[in-house]
Amino acid sequence: MKIKEIQDILEAKILCGAHLLDTDVTHACAADLMSDVLAYDHSSSVLLTGLCNPQVVRTAEMLDIRCLVFVRNKAPDEQTLELAKSKDIVVMTTYHMMFSSCGLLYQNGMRGGA
Amino acid sequence: MATHHILNYVVPGDDFTRAGEASSAVKNTLKQLGIDNAAIRKVSIAIYEGEINMVIHAGGGTITVDISDQEVAMILQDKGPGIADISKAMEEGFSTAPDEIRLLGFGAGMGLPNMRKFTDEFNLQSTLGIGTTVTMKVKF
Repeated sequence: MKIKEIQDILEAKILCGAHLLDTDVTHACAADLMSDVLAYDHSSSVLLTGLCNPQVVRTAEMLDIRCLVFVRNKAPDEQTLELAKSKDIVVMTTYHMMFSSCGLLYQNGMRGGA
Repeated sequence: MATHHILNYVVPGDDFTRAGEASSAVKNTLKQLGIDNAAIRKVSIAIYEGEINMVIHAGGGTITVDISDQEVAMILQDKGPGIADISKAMEEGFSTAPDEIRLLGFGAGMGLPNMRKFTDEFNLQSTLGIGTTVTMKVKF
């Protein structure tokens, strides 16, 4: 799935990385606890989260995650966005809740990582 | 003779938003050196968890990384309060982190177990009131 499709499915607003929407992503994970993402998921290229701080971007960087989706209309601060920009990570925000966001992506073919 | 790249970092202990800068720099260097991707990921996870720990628990510290053509060796050293019960600290889910750290997405008691899980060698030395030293190796 292209990152652009994720944006369309979740009716999300792109906050940075608009030039990277053609990137292919295969698996997604969803968590508010970055420790869990680091411990259990090493094949996802999309992370859905409600946590808004620079460590979300750092975690994404360490795991080569290409796209961050902030759920519940959350939006990271400027410092976090700047960090994401510098790492070529797409950041978007959706009004959908975490459960609905995951369900919509799953319904459209996205699967979880491992 | 094997080539060694030595990297040294000071991790500031007073700014959680900057935690991960050293890990990021290490990852970039490993990429530039063309190290195997699976090994880079292991090093990245282990060193990032260690760096976060230093900021959460120890008021910062130092990181030394020695990259050779066979392995990445990491030494993470702090002068924090030390760990009272190391075997307890190595249990998944055990944490002494305060609630505000959990609100930041960490402090779930997975840091040290993750560091051990993703490295080929892991050693932790800690003395109460003196500090903690973690040495790790990822081989390739």
